[in-house]
Amino acid sequence: MSDTAATNITESRSGMAGLVDDWTSDKQTYHVPWGKAMMWIFLVSDTFIFTCFLVGYMTVRTSTAEPWPVPAEVFALSFFGSDPIPLILIAIMTFILITSSGTMALAVNYGYRKDKRMTAILMMVTAAFGASFVGMQAFEWTKLITEGVRPWGNPWGAPQFGSVFFMVTGFHGLHVTAGVIYLSIVARKVIKGHYDKKGFEIVEITGLYWHFVDLVWVFIFAFFYLW
Amino acid sequence: MAYVPIADQDHELHDPHSFVTKYIWSQDHKVIAIQYGGTAIFVGLVALVLSALMRLQLGFPDTFSLIDPSAYYQAVTMHGMIMVVYLLTALFLGGFGNYLIPLMCGTRDMVFPFLNMLSFWVYLLSVLILLSSFFVTGGPTGAGWTLYPPQTITPGTPGHDTGILLMLISLGVFIIAFTMGGLNYVTTVLQARARGLTMMRLPLSVWGILVATILGLFAFPALLVSAIMMTFDLTLGTSFFMPAIMAAGDQLDYNGGSPILFQHLFWFFGHPEVYIVALPAFGLVSDVLSTHARKNIFGYRMMVWAIIAIGGLSFIVWAHHMYVSGMNPYFGFFFATTTLIIAVPTAMKVYNWVLTLWEGDIRLNTPMLFAIGFVFTFVHGGLTGLFLGNVVIDLPLSDTYFVVAHFHMVMGVSPVLVLFASLYHWYPKVTGRMMNETLGKLHFWCTFLGTYAIYLPMHYLGFLGVPRRYYALGSTDFIPESAQALNANITIAAIFVGVAQILFFINVFWSLRHGKPAGNNPWGATTLEWQTPDTPPKHGNWGPELPVVHRWAYDYSVPGYPQDFIPQNVAGDFGVSDDHGHAEPKA
Ligand code: HEM
Ligand SMILES: [Cu+2]
Repeated sequence: MSDTAATNITESRSGMAGLVDDWTSDKQTYHVPWGKAMMWIFLVSDTFIFTCFLVGYMTVRTSTAEPWPVPAEVFALSFFGSDPIPLILIAIMTFILITSSGTMALAVNYGYRKDKRMTAILMMVTAAFGASFVGMQAFEWTKLITEGVRPWGNPWGAPQFGSVFFMVTGFHGLHVTAGVIYLSIVARKVIKGHYDKKGFEIVEITGLYWHFVDLVWVFIFAFFYLW
Repeated sequence: MAYVPIADQDHELHDPHSFVTKYIWSQDHKVIAIQYGGTAIFVGLVALVLSALMRLQLGFPDTFSLIDPSAYYQAVTMHGMIMVVYLLTALFLGGFGNYLIPLMCGTRDMVFPFLNMLSFWVYLLSVLILLSSFFVTGGPTGAGWTLYPPQTITPGTPGHDTGILLMLISLGVFIIAFTMGGLNYVTTVLQARARGLTMMRLPLSVWGILVATILGLFAFPALLVSAIMMTFDLTLGTSFFMPAIMAAGDQLDYNGGSPILFQHLFWFFGHPEVYIVALPAFGLVSDVLSTHARKNIFGYRMMVWAIIAIGGLSFIVWAHHMYVSGMNPYFGFFFATTTLIIAVPTAMKVYNWVLTLWEGDIRLNTPMLFAIGFVFTFVHGGLTGLFLGNVVIDLPLSDTYFVVAHFHMVMGVSPVLVLFASLYHWYPKVTGRMMNETLGKLHFWCTFLGTYAIYLPMHYLGFLGVPRRYYALGSTDFIPESAQALNANITIAAIFVGVAQILFFINVFWSLRHGKPAGNNPWGATTLEWQTPDTPPKHGNWGPELPVVHRWAYDYSVPGYPQDFIPQNVAGDFGVSDDHGHAEPKA
């Protein structure tokens, strides 16, 4: 009796041929673990959330009748009585977040080499960068609130400025916070040897989330602070 | 290193032992499916009662004084929202998706059963939050299921403070529940199918549910974002959607927001939502039609591509709901065009259903009757959609009963008929017993003819210009007296249809104990869920060995084969068994 079940592809071809192989294979469309596939799908869905936020922001910015406050002036800090430097805090925050993507990538690398100690350390470093990002964001919020920015109004112009600022940075900040918690949990489990048998894909999955959160920040930075 | 697919690796399967882990905190997709289904049907009944209250008011405005105008608005709103989101979306994806995906894909469960269980409990929470709004001061929101600002928030709308807040929270919670379930469904279909089951061998039910879930994952974010922004407008006094506005003689504290932005966000969710409901229905009905016509589905590949095309297009037609909103008229041109284009793959599907029936060995049992009924109602609803898709025709018909008739035909009645077809079709698998045919057929004819009696006259009311969401017609010059007579008739039909659903519930409960034992495969169907070793399937579905698939899902009436169906897991060179499941059966 001929076995007509389609056989599994054991090695992947590249390019178009690989795409066709993937989609016509049985069992698995993508040669990745379940968790990773699921994370990818979730991130695409989350992209839609942030896109809607940003589109909403651009719409209210154009629909509001009052002038939009100038970000370069609002987000400026002066150190020790110097002239205010525009966007300096945001620049540092962005730099930190991007650096944390680097440490995350290293963690993934050490994970696949099964170096549990280095993996966990690098993940914790990543989490620490994330936590400091959130800390600086809290500082920025406090500063703006003392200057009189509220979700429903601010001293400089369109009330939507504050609404969008708190909503979008808040939502992103929640993502970073969730990521810090997620990283810490996984790092702990890595050290405890939880993944010795299952493999260290989870580190990469966590990394996917983390890189995504960074990438989203780049867009928020560009559209909210630089525009 | 050779690649070992995860589905082949060892997995621990926790067999539940106590009653609680088996039926309440269960991680078994079949139990979760029943929990989802039961909850959805329960809220659906609440929505049905609300529609009866509205109909009694509309049909006999002077006889009954069950509800006042505010309560009418609240009933319209809750009825619409419950039917669309909490009944149909939950029942098709949470109910049928959960039950059928693992069985049709030949897996033991969803890929992440715990997340799946969580999905149901969070859904239940969202339902409870929604229902709790009936009991707060001011009652539920009366803003219409579209929740358009500014009137959602302005004083004067019933439930403009607590009711609307609960609605927004409930929607947010629902979206979280849906996301947890949806990620599971998509990952399971893509990554965990049985050996030999390529994507192009999947039953259309799975395709419909898969694409609908993907639509949900990409469309619900827009609703979530608009709910968040509206919550802030409501509680924090932001002005995302609220322009400077006077209400009840006072200037409100809002300034510079954009109500149209809400409409765009809402319909960017709202239109795909129509297909989140419709695509699973398309899939399920294809399988029911093919099984009971004893013929392969006509044009399988075309059906798959049509599902995908409809899914993709559904994201670029949303503003056909906004022709009268005052947006730029050029948008109207663009969206009318895309809307008419989407009719092409949809029409292809209808042709293929009809051609599947053509010269089939049709068995007119209850599921088949409902499935054929769907083809009728769907064609009717679809045709009126073509009218409304054109800007010039939509302008006078917008917000009239013509629209009410259209969307009830296309996304109310049609999916509900498929729900019944599917419930009658898969009930034997779920319970191990057949449902009563006589009661079932009676139920079908009452429902099918009854819905026509309700909705056909509504088209005519719409042409007269009777507006939707009105508590009473009052006396106007352009609406003749006779419209009220028509309204009374519609109400009688609606009450009749509502009451007729009791037949279904009697049947469900009666058959549970007294139905004929079904056996594993009462319909002689090919798909995997009918090939389980036990009916109802046990925990883990397949006994020790997972099934191996050798052919597509539609090998019915293959010449030269002793029976008129070949299950997907039968090996051998009959019918369609080549690697990619090409659609032409060998003659
Ligand atoms: C026997 C069954 C049903 C009856 C008698 C019924 C009746 C009604 C009535 C009287 C209205 C209010 C019309 C108005 O005043 O504008 C309405 C609105 C609506 N119905 Fe139904 N309905 C039924 C089933 C369904 C189903 C299954 C759906 C699922 C999609 C549905 C979705 C809606 C929606 C979305 C609205 C609009 C709500 C709004 O205007 O905010 N209905 N229905
Ligand atoms: Cu639409």
